Amino acid sequence: MSEKIKKVDNIFSKDCNCKDILAKTLKKDKDSFIQELIDSGLKGRGGAGFPTGLKWKFAKMAEGDEKFVICNADEGEPGTFKDRVILQEVPQKVLGGMALCGHIIGAKKGFIYLRGEYAWMKQDLQKAIDEMHDAFKTMKLDFFIDIRMGSGAYVCGEETALIESMEGKRGEPRNKPPFPASIGFRGKPTVVNNVETLVYTLMIAHIGAPEFKSLGTADSAGSKVFSISGDTPIPGVYELELGMKLSDFVEEFGDGDTKAVQVGGASGFCVPRRKFNDTVIGFEGIPTGGSMMLFNSHRSMYNVLHNYLDFFVEESCGQCTPCRVGCQQLLKGIEAVKSKERDSSYLNELIKLSETMHTASKCGLGQSVANSFNSIVEEFTEEIMY
Amino acid sequence: MIQTKTIVQELVKKHGNNRESLIPVLQGIVEKNNYITDEDIIEIANTLDISAGEIYGTTSFYTFLDTEKRGKYVIRVCKSIIAVMKGKAEIIKTIENILNIKVGETTPDNKFSLLEANDIGWSDKEPSMLINEKVYTELTPEKTTEIIESYLRD
Ligand SMILES: Cc1cc2nc3c(=O)[nH]c(=O)nc-3n(C[C@H](O)[C@H](O)[C@H](O)COP(=O)(O)O)c2cc1C
Ligand code: SF4
Repeated sequence: MSEKIKKVDNIFSKDCNCKDILAKTLKKDKDSFIQELIDSGLKGRGGAGFPTGLKWKFAKMAEGDEKFVICNADEGEPGTFKDRVILQEVPQKVLGGMALCGHIIGAKKGFIYLRGEYAWMKQDLQKAIDEMHDAFKTMKLDFFIDIRMGSGAYVCGEETALIESMEGKRGEPRNKPPFPASIGFRGKPTVVNNVETLVYTLMIAHIGAPEFKSLGTADSAGSKVFSISGDTPIPGVYELELGMKLSDFVEEFGDGDTKAVQVGGASGFCVPRRKFNDTVIGFEGIPTGGSMMLFNSHRSMYNVLHNYLDFFVEESCGQCTPCRVGCQQLLKGIEAVKSKERDSSYLNELIKLSETMHTASKCGLGQSVANSFNSIVEEFTEEIMY
Repeated sequence: MIQTKTIVQELVKKHGNNRESLIPVLQGIVEKNNYITDEDIIEIANTLDISAGEIYGTTSFYTFLDTEKRGKYVIRVCKSIIAVMKGKAEIIKTIENILNIKVGETTPDNKFSLLEANDIGWSDKEPSMLINEKVYTELTPEKTTEIIESYLRD
Protein backbone atom coordinates (compact mmCIF):
# COMPACT_ATOMS: atom_id res chain seq x y z
CA MET A 1 0.00 0.00 0.00
CA SER A 2 1.38 3.44 -0.91
CA GLU A 3 1.94 5.82 1.96
CA LYS A 4 -0.62 8.25 0.63
CA ILE A 5 -3.49 5.78 0.95
CA LYS A 6 -4.20 4.72 4.48
CA LYS A 7 -5.68 1.29 4.94
CA VAL A 8 -7.77 0.96 8.08
CA ASP A 9 -8.83 -2.10 10.04
CA ASN A 10 -11.89 -1.11 11.95
CA ILE A 11 -15.04 -2.53 10.38
CA PHE A 12 -13.63 -6.02 9.90
CA SER A 13 -11.35 -6.18 12.93
CA LYS A 14 -12.19 -9.17 15.05
CA ASP A 15 -10.19 -8.18 18.11
CA CYS A 16 -13.18 -6.68 19.84
CA ASN A 17 -16.25 -8.32 21.26
CA CYS A 18 -19.31 -6.56 19.99
CA LYS A 19 -21.51 -8.03 22.71
CA ASP A 20 -19.23 -6.52 25.36
CA ILE A 21 -19.22 -3.18 23.57
CA LEU A 22 -22.99 -3.23 23.40
CA ALA A 23 -23.43 -4.27 27.05
CA LYS A 24 -21.07 -1.52 28.17
CA THR A 25 -22.73 1.17 26.05
CA LEU A 26 -26.21 0.22 27.24
CA LYS A 27 -25.20 1.40 30.71
CA LYS A 28 -24.24 4.86 29.48
CA ASP A 29 -26.44 7.91 29.27
CA LYS A 30 -28.35 7.93 25.97
CA ASP A 31 -28.02 11.63 25.23
CA SER A 32 -24.32 11.60 25.86
CA PHE A 33 -23.89 8.74 23.39
CA ILE A 34 -25.85 10.70 20.80
CA GLN A 35 -23.53 13.62 21.49
CA GLU A 36 -20.55 11.31 21.01
CA LEU A 37 -21.93 10.24 17.63
CA ILE A 38 -22.49 13.85 16.63
CA ASP A 39 -18.97 14.78 17.78
CA SER A 40 -17.51 11.90 15.81
CA GLY A 41 -18.71 13.51 12.58
CA LEU A 42 -20.03 10.16 11.29
CA LYS A 43 -22.13 10.62 8.18
CA GLY A 44 -24.33 7.97 6.58
CA ARG A 45 -22.42 5.51 4.44
CA GLY A 46 -25.34 4.66 2.14
CA GLY A 47 -24.73 7.58 -0.18
CA ALA A 48 -26.71 10.58 1.04
CA GLY A 49 -24.34 11.34 3.91
CA PHE A 50 -26.74 12.59 6.57
CA PRO A 51 -25.09 12.97 10.03
CA THR A 52 -25.95 9.77 11.88
CA GLY A 53 -25.97 11.29 15.36
CA LEU A 54 -28.55 13.87 14.29
CA LYS A 55 -30.74 11.22 12.68
CA TRP A 56 -30.77 9.22 15.92
CA LYS A 57 -31.42 12.36 17.91
CA PHE A 58 -34.48 13.28 15.81
CA ALA A 59 -35.83 9.75 16.10
CA LYS A 60 -35.27 9.75 19.84
CA MET A 61 -37.08 13.06 20.23
CA ALA A 62 -39.95 12.06 17.93
CA GLU A 63 -43.22 11.10 19.62
CA GLY A 64 -44.39 7.57 19.00
CA ASP A 65 -45.77 4.64 20.97
CA GLU A 66 -43.61 2.42 18.79
CA LYS A 67 -40.37 3.04 16.91
CA PHE A 68 -38.29 1.04 14.45
CA VAL A 69 -34.73 0.51 13.30
CA ILE A 70 -34.14 -0.56 9.72
CA CYS A 71 -30.83 -1.75 8.37
CA ASN A 72 -30.69 -0.93 4.68
CA ALA A 73 -29.08 -3.94 3.02
CA ASP A 74 -30.54 -3.34 -0.42
CA GLU A 75 -27.11 -2.55 -1.91
CA GLY A 76 -28.23 -2.13 -5.50
CA GLU A 77 -25.89 0.56 -6.76
CA PRO A 78 -23.84 -0.83 -9.66
CA GLY A 79 -20.33 -1.61 -8.49
CA THR A 80 -21.00 -1.92 -4.78
CA PHE A 81 -20.67 -5.12 -2.84
CA LYS A 82 -19.19 -4.00 0.48
CA ASP A 83 -22.39 -4.56 2.47
CA ARG A 84 -22.40 -8.13 1.21
CA VAL A 85 -18.92 -8.65 2.63
CA ILE A 86 -19.73 -6.86 5.91
CA LEU A 87 -22.86 -8.99 6.41
CA GLN A 88 -20.87 -12.14 5.68
CA GLU A 89 -17.79 -11.31 7.75
CA VAL A 90 -19.08 -9.38 10.75
CA PRO A 91 -22.86 -9.76 10.99
CA GLN A 92 -22.73 -9.46 14.80
CA LYS A 93 -21.40 -5.93 14.48
CA VAL A 94 -24.28 -4.92 12.22
CA LEU A 95 -26.79 -6.44 14.64
CA GLY A 96 -25.01 -4.80 17.57
CA GLY A 97 -25.29 -1.41 15.86
CA MET A 98 -28.99 -1.99 15.27
CA ALA A 99 -29.57 -2.93 18.89
CA LEU A 100 -27.64 0.09 20.07
CA CYS A 101 -29.79 2.33 17.88
CA GLY A 102 -32.94 0.65 19.19
CA HIS A 103 -31.86 1.21 22.77
CA ILE A 104 -31.02 4.86 22.15
CA ILE A 105 -34.14 5.88 20.21
CA GLY A 106 -36.54 3.60 22.09
CA ALA A 107 -37.26 0.97 19.44
CA LYS A 108 -37.92 -2.65 20.32
CA LYS A 109 -38.00 -3.96 16.80
CA GLY A 110 -35.45 -3.91 14.02
CA PHE A 111 -35.52 -5.11 10.42
CA ILE A 112 -32.85 -5.96 7.94
CA TYR A 113 -34.10 -5.21 4.44
CA LEU A 114 -31.99 -7.66 2.48
CA ARG A 115 -31.95 -7.48 -1.31
CA GLY A 116 -33.43 -10.50 -3.08
CA GLU A 117 -30.12 -11.05 -4.88
CA TYR A 118 -28.58 -11.88 -1.49
CA ALA A 119 -31.14 -14.55 -0.55
CA TRP A 120 -28.25 -17.05 -0.47
CA MET A 121 -26.95 -15.45 2.75
CA LYS A 122 -30.29 -15.40 4.53
CA GLN A 123 -29.73 -18.59 6.50
CA ASP A 124 -26.35 -17.56 7.87
CA LEU A 125 -27.68 -14.15 8.74
CA GLN A 126 -30.65 -15.67 10.55
CA LYS A 127 -28.25 -17.83 12.54
CA ALA A 128 -26.30 -14.74 13.60
CA ILE A 129 -29.57 -13.05 14.57
CA ASP A 130 -30.71 -16.00 16.69
CA GLU A 131 -27.41 -16.00 18.51
CA MET A 132 -27.60 -12.26 19.06
CA HIS A 133 -31.14 -12.57 20.43
CA ASP A 134 -29.77 -14.80 23.17
CA ALA A 135 -27.15 -12.19 23.99
CA PHE A 136 -29.84 -9.48 24.14
CA LYS A 137 -31.71 -11.58 26.70
CA THR A 138 -28.64 -11.89 28.88
CA MET A 139 -28.24 -8.13 28.72
CA LYS A 140 -31.94 -7.67 29.49
CA LEU A 141 -32.31 -5.76 26.26
CA ASP A 142 -35.77 -5.93 24.76
CA PHE A 143 -34.94 -5.93 21.05
CA PHE A 144 -35.94 -8.26 18.24
CA ILE A 145 -34.58 -8.38 14.70
CA ASP A 146 -36.32 -9.73 11.60
CA ILE A 147 -35.22 -10.09 8.00
CA ARG A 148 -37.41 -8.72 5.20
CA MET A 149 -36.45 -9.64 1.67
CA GLY A 150 -36.37 -7.34 -1.32
CA SER A 151 -37.45 -8.58 -4.72
CA GLY A 152 -35.14 -7.09 -7.29
CA ALA A 153 -35.97 -3.39 -7.40
CA TYR A 154 -33.07 -0.94 -7.11
CA VAL A 155 -35.27 1.98 -6.07
CA CYS A 156 -36.25 0.08 -2.92
CA GLY A 157 -32.86 1.10 -1.53
CA GLU A 158 -34.27 4.60 -1.27
CA GLU A 159 -35.40 4.74 2.33
CA THR A 160 -39.04 5.71 1.82
CA ALA A 161 -39.48 3.27 -1.08
CA LEU A 162 -37.98 0.64 1.20
CA ILE A 163 -40.58 1.43 3.82
CA GLU A 164 -43.41 1.27 1.27
CA SER A 165 -42.07 -2.11 0.19
CA MET A 166 -41.97 -3.35 3.79
CA GLU A 167 -45.57 -2.28 4.13
CA GLY A 168 -46.46 -4.62 1.27
CA LYS A 169 -46.76 -2.07 -1.50
CA ARG A 170 -45.04 -1.02 -4.71
CA GLY A 171 -41.69 0.46 -3.78
CA GLU A 172 -42.47 4.00 -4.81
CA PRO A 173 -40.61 6.74 -2.95
CA ARG A 174 -42.63 9.06 -0.75
CA ASN A 175 -42.36 12.83 -0.60
CA LYS A 176 -39.82 14.09 1.92
CA PRO A 177 -40.40 15.69 4.37
CA PRO A 178 -41.67 14.10 6.49
CA PHE A 179 -38.50 12.06 6.96
CA PRO A 180 -38.65 8.52 8.32
CA ALA A 181 -37.14 9.67 11.62
CA SER A 182 -40.50 11.31 12.34
CA ILE A 183 -42.92 9.34 10.13
CA GLY A 184 -41.52 6.05 8.88
CA PHE A 185 -42.51 2.38 8.93
CA ARG A 186 -46.20 2.01 9.83
CA GLY A 187 -46.19 5.79 10.24
CA LYS A 188 -43.90 5.54 13.27
CA PRO A 189 -40.49 7.16 13.90
CA THR A 190 -37.92 5.02 12.13
CA VAL A 191 -34.16 5.15 11.72
CA VAL A 192 -33.01 3.81 8.36
CA ASN A 193 -29.25 3.32 8.26
CA ASN A 194 -26.89 1.64 5.89
CA VAL A 195 -25.20 -1.62 6.96
CA GLU A 196 -21.78 0.02 7.22
CA THR A 197 -23.07 3.07 9.12
CA LEU A 198 -24.49 0.79 11.80
CA VAL A 199 -21.16 -0.95 12.26
CA TYR A 200 -19.40 2.41 12.65
CA THR A 201 -21.82 3.46 15.39
CA LEU A 202 -20.77 0.40 17.38
CA MET A 203 -17.11 1.03 16.65
CA ILE A 204 -17.46 4.63 17.82
CA ALA A 205 -18.97 3.31 21.03
CA HIS A 206 -15.83 1.20 21.31
CA ILE A 207 -13.03 3.57 20.33
CA GLY A 208 -14.68 6.94 21.03
CA ALA A 209 -15.28 9.95 18.81
CA PRO A 210 -11.75 11.43 19.05
CA GLU A 211 -10.07 8.29 17.76
CA PHE A 212 -12.66 7.86 15.00
CA LYS A 213 -12.17 11.36 13.68
CA SER A 214 -8.42 11.31 14.04
CA LEU A 215 -8.72 9.88 10.54
CA GLY A 216 -10.26 11.66 7.57
CA THR A 217 -10.90 15.37 7.12
CA ALA A 218 -13.11 18.01 8.69
CA ASP A 219 -15.97 17.24 6.29
CA SER A 220 -15.34 13.54 5.96
CA ALA A 221 -14.45 12.11 9.32
CA GLY A 222 -13.10 8.61 9.67
CA SER A 223 -12.74 5.81 7.20
CA LYS A 224 -15.08 4.12 4.75
CA VAL A 225 -15.42 0.77 3.08
CA PHE A 226 -14.85 0.88 -0.68
CA SER A 227 -15.94 -1.61 -3.32
CA ILE A 228 -13.24 -1.55 -5.98
CA SER A 229 -13.82 -3.15 -9.37
CA GLY A 230 -13.23 -2.93 -13.10
CA ASP A 231 -9.79 -2.56 -14.61
CA THR A 232 -7.81 -3.22 -11.48
CA PRO A 233 -5.50 -6.11 -10.67
CA ILE A 234 -6.83 -6.19 -7.11
CA PRO A 235 -10.64 -5.89 -7.06
CA GLY A 236 -12.24 -6.22 -3.65
CA VAL A 237 -13.36 -4.51 -0.49
CA TYR A 238 -11.01 -2.09 1.27
CA GLU A 239 -11.49 0.13 4.29
CA LEU A 240 -9.65 3.37 3.57
CA GLU A 241 -9.24 6.75 5.22
CA LEU A 242 -11.58 9.34 3.70
CA GLY A 243 -10.29 12.45 1.97
CA MET A 244 -7.73 10.76 -0.31
CA LYS A 245 -6.76 12.17 -3.65
CA LEU A 246 -8.10 10.21 -6.60
CA SER A 247 -4.62 10.21 -8.18
CA ASP A 248 -3.25 8.36 -5.15
CA PHE A 249 -6.15 5.94 -5.31
CA VAL A 250 -5.48 5.22 -8.96
CA GLU A 251 -1.79 4.76 -8.31
CA GLU A 252 -2.68 2.10 -5.77
CA PHE A 253 -5.53 0.31 -7.50
CA GLY A 254 -5.23 1.14 -11.21
CA ASP A 255 -3.71 -1.08 -13.88
CA GLY A 256 -1.34 1.63 -15.10
CA ASP A 257 -3.67 2.68 -17.89
CA THR A 258 -6.66 4.12 -16.01
CA LYS A 259 -8.68 6.46 -18.20
CA ALA A 260 -11.54 7.22 -15.85
CA VAL A 261 -12.96 6.30 -12.48
CA GLN A 262 -16.67 6.13 -11.81
CA VAL A 263 -17.04 7.32 -8.24
CA GLY A 264 -20.31 6.34 -6.55
CA GLY A 265 -21.75 3.93 -9.08
CA ALA A 266 -24.10 4.71 -11.95
CA SER A 267 -25.59 7.51 -9.80
CA GLY A 268 -22.16 8.99 -9.18
CA PHE A 269 -19.61 10.94 -11.19
CA CYS A 270 -17.20 9.86 -13.86
CA VAL A 271 -13.82 11.46 -13.33
CA PRO A 272 -11.40 11.55 -16.29
CA ARG A 273 -7.66 11.14 -15.94
CA ARG A 274 -6.88 14.85 -16.23
CA LYS A 275 -8.88 15.52 -13.08
CA PHE A 276 -7.45 12.74 -10.89
CA ASN A 277 -5.05 15.16 -9.24
CA ASP A 278 -7.71 17.67 -8.19
CA THR A 279 -10.32 15.22 -7.03
CA VAL A 280 -10.81 14.42 -3.37
CA ILE A 281 -12.87 11.39 -2.35
CA GLY A 282 -15.14 12.53 0.44
CA PHE A 283 -18.03 14.84 1.20
CA GLU A 284 -15.97 17.94 0.34
CA GLY A 285 -15.13 16.50 -3.07
CA ILE A 286 -16.91 13.58 -4.65
CA PRO A 287 -18.83 11.50 -2.13
CA THR A 288 -19.44 7.82 -2.71
CA GLY A 289 -21.47 5.07 -1.18
CA GLY A 290 -18.37 3.02 -1.83
CA SER A 291 -18.52 2.06 -5.49
CA MET A 292 -15.27 2.76 -7.35
CA MET A 293 -15.19 1.39 -10.90
CA LEU A 294 -11.98 1.78 -12.88
CA PHE A 295 -11.90 1.97 -16.67
CA ASN A 296 -8.77 1.75 -18.78
CA SER A 297 -8.13 3.19 -22.20
CA HIS A 298 -9.57 0.15 -23.99
CA ARG A 299 -13.06 0.84 -22.69
CA SER A 300 -15.67 2.72 -24.65
CA MET A 301 -17.28 5.35 -22.48
CA TYR A 302 -20.28 5.27 -24.81
CA ASN A 303 -20.84 1.66 -23.80
CA VAL A 304 -20.41 2.58 -20.17
CA LEU A 305 -22.99 5.37 -20.36
CA HIS A 306 -25.35 3.24 -22.43
CA ASN A 307 -25.18 0.51 -19.79
CA TYR A 308 -26.00 3.00 -17.00
CA LEU A 309 -28.93 4.48 -18.92
CA ASP A 310 -30.33 1.04 -19.65
CA PHE A 311 -30.15 0.43 -15.93
CA PHE A 312 -31.97 3.67 -15.08
CA VAL A 313 -34.68 3.07 -17.69
CA GLU A 314 -35.36 -0.32 -16.13
CA GLU A 315 -35.16 0.79 -12.53
CA SER A 316 -37.03 4.10 -12.67
CA CYS A 317 -40.22 3.43 -10.71
CA GLY A 318 -42.14 5.50 -13.24
CA GLN A 319 -43.95 7.48 -10.61
CA CYS A 320 -42.83 10.91 -11.82
CA THR A 321 -42.61 12.10 -15.41
CA PRO A 322 -39.20 13.81 -15.49
CA CYS A 323 -37.48 10.60 -14.47
CA ARG A 324 -39.66 8.10 -16.32
CA VAL A 325 -39.59 9.94 -19.65
CA GLY A 326 -36.21 11.58 -19.10
CA CYS A 327 -34.29 8.32 -18.66
CA GLN A 328 -35.76 6.95 -21.89
CA GLN A 329 -35.06 10.14 -23.82
CA LEU A 330 -31.45 10.29 -22.66
CA LEU A 331 -30.92 6.73 -23.79
CA LYS A 332 -32.58 7.28 -27.17
CA GLY A 333 -30.72 10.57 -27.43
CA ILE A 334 -27.20 9.16 -27.20
CA GLU A 335 -28.19 6.38 -29.59
CA ALA A 336 -29.38 9.01 -32.07
CA VAL A 337 -26.13 10.94 -31.79
CA LYS A 338 -24.09 7.78 -32.19
CA SER A 339 -25.97 6.77 -35.32
CA LYS A 340 -25.60 10.32 -36.71
CA GLU A 341 -29.35 10.77 -36.79
CA ARG A 342 -28.65 13.85 -34.67
CA ASP A 343 -25.59 16.08 -34.61
CA SER A 344 -23.44 16.85 -31.61
CA SER A 345 -25.39 19.97 -30.64
CA TYR A 346 -28.16 17.61 -29.56
CA LEU A 347 -25.96 16.57 -26.66
CA ASN A 348 -26.42 20.05 -25.17
CA GLU A 349 -30.16 19.58 -25.26
CA LEU A 350 -29.77 16.24 -23.52
CA ILE A 351 -27.64 17.87 -20.83
CA LYS A 352 -30.39 20.43 -20.29
CA LEU A 353 -32.88 17.58 -19.97
CA SER A 354 -30.75 15.82 -17.37
CA GLU A 355 -30.54 19.10 -15.45
CA THR A 356 -34.31 19.37 -15.51
CA MET A 357 -34.48 15.82 -14.19
CA HIS A 358 -32.10 16.85 -11.45
CA THR A 359 -34.42 19.63 -10.29
CA ALA A 360 -37.81 18.10 -11.00
CA SER A 361 -37.51 14.42 -10.06
CA LYS A 362 -39.08 13.18 -6.88
CA CYS A 363 -36.28 11.00 -5.53
CA GLY A 364 -32.54 10.52 -5.67
CA LEU A 365 -32.74 8.12 -8.60
CA GLY A 366 -34.05 10.63 -11.11
CA GLN A 367 -32.11 13.45 -9.50
CA SER A 368 -28.74 11.81 -9.86
CA VAL A 369 -28.87 10.52 -13.43
CA ALA A 370 -27.36 13.89 -14.41
CA ASN A 371 -24.21 13.10 -12.40
CA SER A 372 -22.96 10.31 -14.61
CA PHE A 373 -24.67 11.58 -17.76
CA ASN A 374 -23.16 15.05 -17.71
CA SER A 375 -19.74 13.99 -16.53
CA ILE A 376 -19.40 11.36 -19.25
CA VAL A 377 -20.92 13.43 -22.06
CA GLU A 378 -18.84 16.48 -21.21
CA GLU A 379 -15.57 14.69 -20.66
CA PHE A 380 -15.86 12.08 -23.40
CA THR A 381 -17.89 13.90 -26.04
CA GLU A 382 -15.93 12.37 -28.90
CA GLU A 383 -16.48 8.84 -27.67
CA ILE A 384 -20.20 9.49 -27.52
CA MET A 385 -20.24 10.91 -31.05
CA TYR A 386 -17.98 8.52 -32.96
CA MET B 1 -46.83 -27.59 -9.05
CA ILE B 2 -48.21 -27.51 -5.56
CA GLN B 3 -51.88 -26.73 -5.26
CA THR B 4 -52.59 -22.99 -5.17
CA LYS B 5 -55.01 -22.98 -2.30
CA THR B 6 -52.81 -24.99 0.03
CA ILE B 7 -49.68 -23.05 -0.62
CA VAL B 8 -51.38 -19.65 -0.22
CA GLN B 9 -53.04 -20.73 3.02
CA GLU B 10 -49.77 -22.06 4.37
CA LEU B 11 -47.91 -18.88 3.51
CA VAL B 12 -50.58 -16.67 5.01
CA LYS B 13 -50.50 -18.72 8.17
CA LYS B 14 -46.75 -18.24 8.35
CA HIS B 15 -46.60 -14.52 7.51
CA GLY B 16 -49.88 -13.20 8.83
CA ASN B 17 -53.20 -12.14 7.38
CA ASN B 18 -52.50 -8.51 6.54
CA ARG B 19 -51.20 -6.19 3.88
CA GLU B 20 -47.63 -6.34 5.15
CA SER B 21 -47.48 -10.05 4.50
CA LEU B 22 -48.40 -9.65 0.83
CA ILE B 23 -44.84 -9.51 -0.43
CA PRO B 24 -43.54 -12.34 1.78
CA VAL B 25 -46.48 -14.46 0.54
CA LEU B 26 -45.71 -13.65 -3.10
CA GLN B 27 -42.02 -14.37 -2.47
CA GLY B 28 -42.99 -17.70 -0.96
CA ILE B 29 -44.91 -18.64 -4.09
CA VAL B 30 -41.96 -17.72 -6.31
CA GLU B 31 -39.66 -19.76 -4.07
CA LYS B 32 -41.85 -22.81 -4.60
CA ASN B 33 -43.12 -22.42 -8.15
CA ASN B 34 -40.83 -19.77 -9.69
CA TYR B 35 -43.65 -17.57 -10.88
CA ILE B 36 -47.03 -16.29 -9.82
CA THR B 37 -50.19 -17.37 -11.63
CA ASP B 38 -53.53 -15.57 -11.93
CA GLU B 39 -54.99 -18.26 -9.73
CA ASP B 40 -52.45 -17.46 -7.02
CA ILE B 41 -53.34 -13.78 -7.22
CA ILE B 42 -57.07 -14.44 -6.91
CA GLU B 43 -56.53 -16.80 -4.00
CA ILE B 44 -54.39 -14.22 -2.19
CA ALA B 45 -56.91 -11.48 -2.98
CA ASN B 46 -59.67 -13.51 -1.33
CA THR B 47 -57.57 -14.45 1.65
CA LEU B 48 -55.97 -11.09 2.40
CA ASP B 49 -59.00 -9.08 1.27
CA ILE B 50 -57.02 -6.95 -1.18
CA SER B 51 -58.23 -6.44 -4.76
CA ALA B 52 -56.61 -8.65 -7.38
CA GLY B 53 -55.74 -5.52 -9.37
CA GLU B 54 -53.87 -4.10 -6.41
CA ILE B 55 -51.93 -7.33 -6.00
CA TYR B 56 -51.11 -7.42 -9.67
CA GLY B 57 -49.91 -3.81 -9.43
CA THR B 58 -47.61 -4.71 -6.57
CA THR B 59 -46.33 -7.87 -8.22
CA SER B 60 -45.55 -6.13 -11.49
CA PHE B 61 -43.33 -3.65 -9.67
CA TYR B 62 -40.81 -6.27 -8.57
CA THR B 63 -38.53 -8.04 -11.03
CA PHE B 64 -38.34 -11.20 -8.93
CA LEU B 65 -42.10 -11.48 -8.48
CA ASP B 66 -42.53 -12.90 -11.95
CA THR B 67 -45.96 -13.43 -13.44
CA GLU B 68 -44.56 -14.90 -16.63
CA LYS B 69 -44.23 -18.64 -16.79
CA ARG B 70 -40.73 -19.62 -15.73
CA GLY B 71 -38.79 -22.85 -15.62
CA LYS B 72 -37.79 -24.82 -12.54
CA TYR B 73 -34.38 -23.14 -12.65
CA VAL B 74 -34.30 -19.43 -13.36
CA ILE B 75 -30.85 -18.35 -14.49
CA ARG B 76 -30.07 -14.66 -14.12
CA VAL B 77 -26.79 -13.52 -15.60
CA CYS B 78 -25.49 -10.20 -14.28
CA LYS B 79 -25.35 -7.53 -16.98
CA SER B 80 -23.69 -4.66 -15.09
CA ILE B 81 -20.97 -2.75 -16.93
CA ILE B 82 -18.32 -4.61 -14.95
CA ALA B 83 -19.89 -7.96 -15.92
CA VAL B 84 -19.86 -6.84 -19.55
CA MET B 85 -16.17 -5.90 -19.28
CA LYS B 86 -15.32 -9.26 -17.74
CA GLY B 87 -16.96 -11.38 -20.42
CA LYS B 88 -20.67 -11.67 -19.72
CA ALA B 89 -21.47 -12.04 -23.44
CA GLU B 90 -19.53 -15.28 -23.65
CA ILE B 91 -21.33 -16.69 -20.63
CA ILE B 92 -24.70 -15.93 -22.19
CA LYS B 93 -23.59 -17.51 -25.46
CA THR B 94 -22.44 -20.62 -23.63
CA ILE B 95 -25.75 -21.04 -21.85
CA GLU B 96 -27.76 -20.29 -24.98
CA ASN B 97 -25.86 -22.98 -26.83
CA ILE B 98 -26.28 -25.64 -24.19
CA LEU B 99 -29.96 -25.00 -23.55
CA ASN B 100 -30.84 -23.94 -27.05
CA ILE B 101 -32.81 -20.93 -25.90
CA LYS B 102 -32.26 -17.17 -26.04
CA VAL B 103 -32.30 -14.65 -23.21
CA GLY B 104 -35.89 -14.25 -22.04
CA GLU B 105 -36.90 -17.76 -23.06
CA THR B 106 -37.76 -20.98 -21.25
CA THR B 107 -36.82 -24.47 -22.40
CA PRO B 108 -39.75 -26.52 -23.79
CA ASP B 109 -39.48 -28.96 -20.87
CA ASN B 110 -39.93 -26.00 -18.47
CA LYS B 111 -36.70 -26.77 -16.72
CA PHE B 112 -34.71 -23.58 -17.40
CA SER B 113 -35.39 -19.92 -18.01
CA LEU B 114 -32.54 -17.66 -19.08
CA LEU B 115 -32.67 -14.02 -18.01
CA GLU B 116 -30.33 -11.13 -17.39
CA ALA B 117 -30.25 -9.13 -14.16
CA ASN B 118 -28.92 -5.78 -13.05
CA ASP B 119 -25.93 -5.77 -10.71
CA ILE B 120 -26.25 -8.74 -8.35
CA GLY B 121 -23.46 -7.52 -6.06
CA TRP B 122 -20.34 -9.34 -7.27
CA SER B 123 -18.40 -6.75 -9.25
CA ASP B 124 -15.23 -8.08 -7.62
CA LYS B 125 -15.89 -11.50 -9.16
CA GLU B 126 -17.64 -11.04 -12.48
CA PRO B 127 -18.99 -12.62 -14.57
CA SER B 128 -21.63 -13.89 -12.17
CA MET B 129 -25.09 -15.40 -12.22
CA LEU B 130 -27.88 -16.54 -9.97
CA ILE B 131 -29.66 -19.85 -10.45
CA ASN B 132 -32.77 -19.43 -8.36
CA GLU B 133 -31.23 -18.25 -5.08
CA LYS B 134 -27.76 -19.70 -5.57
CA VAL B 135 -24.91 -17.53 -6.76
CA TYR B 136 -22.03 -18.47 -9.08
CA THR B 137 -19.08 -16.15 -9.65
CA GLU B 138 -15.88 -15.77 -11.66
CA LEU B 139 -17.50 -17.69 -14.47
CA THR B 140 -15.68 -18.92 -17.52
CA PRO B 141 -17.38 -20.71 -20.41
CA GLU B 142 -15.96 -24.02 -19.11
CA LYS B 143 -17.11 -23.43 -15.55
CA THR B 144 -20.54 -22.32 -16.80
CA THR B 145 -20.88 -25.47 -18.89
CA GLU B 146 -20.08 -27.63 -15.88
CA ILE B 147 -22.62 -25.82 -13.73
CA ILE B 148 -25.43 -25.99 -16.28
CA GLU B 149 -24.68 -29.64 -16.97
CA SER B 150 -24.94 -30.46 -13.29
CA TYR B 151 -28.44 -28.96 -13.32
CA LEU B 152 -29.28 -30.86 -16.50
CA ARG B 153 -28.49 -34.11 -14.72
CA ASP B 154 -30.69 -33.11 -11.83
C1 LIG C 1 -32.35 5.17 -5.80
C2 LIG C 1 -31.71 5.08 -4.44
C3 LIG C 1 -31.17 3.87 -4.02
C4 LIG C 1 -30.58 3.77 -2.76
N1 LIG C 1 -30.05 2.58 -2.40
C5 LIG C 1 -29.48 2.46 -1.17
C6 LIG C 1 -28.95 1.22 -0.73
O1 LIG C 1 -28.98 0.23 -1.46
N2 LIG C 1 -28.40 1.15 0.50
C7 LIG C 1 -28.36 2.24 1.34
O2 LIG C 1 -27.88 2.13 2.45
N3 LIG C 1 -28.85 3.43 0.96
C8 LIG C 1 -29.42 3.56 -0.27
N4 LIG C 1 -29.95 4.76 -0.63
C9 LIG C 1 -29.93 5.87 0.35
C10 LIG C 1 -31.09 5.75 1.34
O3 LIG C 1 -32.21 6.46 0.82
C11 LIG C 1 -30.77 6.35 2.70
O4 LIG C 1 -30.27 7.63 2.52
C12 LIG C 1 -29.78 5.55 3.50
O5 LIG C 1 -30.18 4.21 3.63
C13 LIG C 1 -29.64 6.16 4.88
O6 LIG C 1 -28.65 5.48 5.62
P1 LIG C 1 -27.27 6.17 6.00
O7 LIG C 1 -27.59 7.53 6.55
O8 LIG C 1 -26.69 5.26 7.00
O9 LIG C 1 -26.47 6.25 4.75
C14 LIG C 1 -30.52 4.90 -1.91
C15 LIG C 1 -31.05 6.11 -2.35
C16 LIG C 1 -31.63 6.21 -3.59
C17 LIG C 1 -32.19 7.52 -4.02
S1 SF4 D 1 -37.30 10.03 -9.60
FE1 SF4 D 1 -37.65 8.15 -10.77
S2 SF4 D 1 -37.42 6.52 -9.28
FE2 SF4 D 1 -37.69 8.43 -8.13
S3 SF4 D 1 -39.88 8.61 -7.75
FE3 SF4 D 1 -39.51 9.65 -9.69
S4 SF4 D 1 -39.84 8.07 -11.25
FE4 SF4 D 1 -39.59 7.02 -9.30
